[in-house]
Amino acid sequence: MLSPAQWAGQLLFYAAAAGVTGLFATWPTWSRLPPEEAQITIAFAHGGARKEACRRLSPEEIAALPARERRPSDCSRERVPLRFEFVLDDRPLLARTLPPSGLSRDGPAQLYEKLAVPSGRHTVTVRLADSGRASGFDYESRFDLELRPRQNLAIDFGPDRGGFFIR
Amino acid sequence: MTSLRGIVRAGFDRAEALLGRAFPPAWNPLLNLGALGFFFYWIVAASGIYVYIFFDTGITQAYASIEYMTHEQWYLAGVMRSFHRYASDALVIVAVLHLLREFGQDRYRGVRWFSWVTGVVVLVLVFVAGITGYWLVWDELAQYVAIVTTEWFDALGIFGEPVARNFLAPSTLDSRFFTLMVFIHIAVPLIALVLLWVHLQRIAKPRINPPRGLALGSFLSLLALSLVHPAVSRGPADLATVPGEVGLDWFYIAAYPLLQTLPAPLTWTTALFLLVLALAIPWLPPLRMARPARVDLANCNGCARCFADCPYNAVTMVPRSDGAPFSAEARVDPSLCVRCGICAGACPTAIPFRRASELSPGIDLPDLSIAFLRERVEAEGARLAGRGRVMVFGCGEGVPLEGLASERIGVVRLACAGQLPPSFVDYVLARDLADGVLVTGCAENACHARFGLAWTEARFARSRDPHLRQRVPAERLRTLWAGRLGRGALEAELRAFARSLEALPPTVQPRSVPGLRAPAEVRGA
Repeated sequence: MLSPAQWAGQLLFYAAAAGVTGLFATWPTWSRLPPEEAQITIAFAHGGARKEACRRLSPEEIAALPARERRPSDCSRERVPLRFEFVLDDRPLLARTLPPSGLSRDGPAQLYEKLAVPSGRHTVTVRLADSGRASGFDYESRFDLELRPRQNLAIDFGPDRGGFFIR
Repeated sequence: MTSLRGIVRAGFDRAEALLGRAFPPAWNPLLNLGALGFFFYWIVAASGIYVYIFFDTGITQAYASIEYMTHEQWYLAGVMRSFHRYASDALVIVAVLHLLREFGQDRYRGVRWFSWVTGVVVLVLVFVAGITGYWLVWDELAQYVAIVTTEWFDALGIFGEPVARNFLAPSTLDSRFFTLMVFIHIAVPLIALVLLWVHLQRIAKPRINPPRGLALGSFLSLLALSLVHPAVSRGPADLATVPGEVGLDWFYIAAYPLLQTLPAPLTWTTALFLLVLALAIPWLPPLRMARPARVDLANCNGCARCFADCPYNAVTMVPRSDGAPFSAEARVDPSLCVRCGICAGACPTAIPFRRASELSPGIDLPDLSIAFLRERVEAEGARLAGRGRVMVFGCGEGVPLEGLASERIGVVRLACAGQLPPSFVDYVLARDLADGVLVTGCAENACHARFGLAWTEARFARSRDPHLRQRVPAERLRTLWAGRLGRGALEAELRAFARSLEALPPTVQPRSVPGLRAPAEVRGA
């Protein structure tokens, strides 16, 4: 037979266990982004140009290929890396060379970057070179933004949409 | 590793003793961690099924359906949601404690590696299930969890496109993603359940249900918590806004702030290192075990008592192989045997009175044999003198016995209390090797070999074979299940026992035992 003290002890234990469970199920809170800042997320996946241009095969070369592999031209799979720049209010914040993905370096290059910026009015310039050119860029966009605190602004890229665009 | 184990074990010993003040041994929560894990799992499953009835997997509908449950139908669906949440937390708490306790008790190495490794995998699955559950609410916390998780996986670079792009903006999110998460959230716990069944394969009579008192207390405490502090959502997820202060569930996503702030290569390396360490720890270093139990067919009559008593399914009964006129014989699987000796304690041929032939029971521990125990008993008995002599049988996992032996106290160590055949008690008293016998070991309901205490008590109570002989006076036999912190209790018990024995008349005529001094001579009477 349990004594009243033992029942009280059990009650105390259950209360403590429930209290600890309930407490640490939601507390302490966590936040990484300061409340007055906003966030710009740049995320895209894009395949650059082929590293080498396709070469037209001669009739002799085509004939030398196995019947099932005959094709008019020979194209290397590897793509060029992309060059990317992000400029905030005329201050370069990010410059990256993005290698193509895949074991054969033939997949799209990827970028996923989050930048914390003060909220308020900003001018953002993003540039991308995907042709392998040594200087200059193939795409450039400029956005005038009014960012509110904690806003997450996503910048994506799609050649079919003319380059960079805001989601 | 040994010192770390010792610290963990000492911590649990003290916590169990503390809880033992309020809880009867059968109800002590720390002695029912595995069973409590199952209990919470069933609560999570039942409440999850109910909540799923009202859950909608659409991007906006998910949050709205949970808000309906939480606020419109708070009295049932809301409580169920809270049950689901807090029982999940409780599950991970008891699972981690269970893991730590087994580590502290050194019950993860040697043949026990299997239960450890499957348990670690189950724990990982519990975390996966819990984390995917948070996604489904699709509130700010869900948004935070979803983004940090996918960014962390994207760091591996194995996906064609970053998965986190799904959470770039409201327009990029697809309802099918929720369908996938629901599938994972349901499938993973089911896989965990199957693995839990595998986890229990190497133990006999697994305790998967907590005692009713403990189950009721746990249920009511969860209910009270659900009513007083119900689980609620934060604001709805908005991918155009970074979540503000997020109230994390630290039982599941304590690592997320680290995943978010530390470099991904570091967190991945650390996570994989910890996982590999957790899986490999049974071999770091491997346990050097004594030889497993061995069957002596010449003395095995196939009675199956060892089969019935083995706590780890190490003994099976197979058709007779030696032509003896019995239908079966015992067979020991060395990969399952933990060397507790409970099988030897159950063997009807483990009779110390045997003198005509060598004392070789049908099943025995080669490195701590019944014959060796008889030698120890006789040697200790020969050493004792005076009145109120007590022969103490104790296991290596229970009350520390170092320095206990004295002129009136003999000490014989066992692998487990259950290794002691009841006939040894009779032997000690009939041979006048002591005036009384005290058997001690682990704390009640905390037997290191699971059933040693229970079987010993049942044998002494003559409710389980082999029975203690009727002629053994009850007042000359005591048991004390005090555990590693029970040295003081043991010494007090011994003093009281010795006093009571002194008041009893001699029960047998002194007689000489081959190889021993005559009792009268020993006592100096």
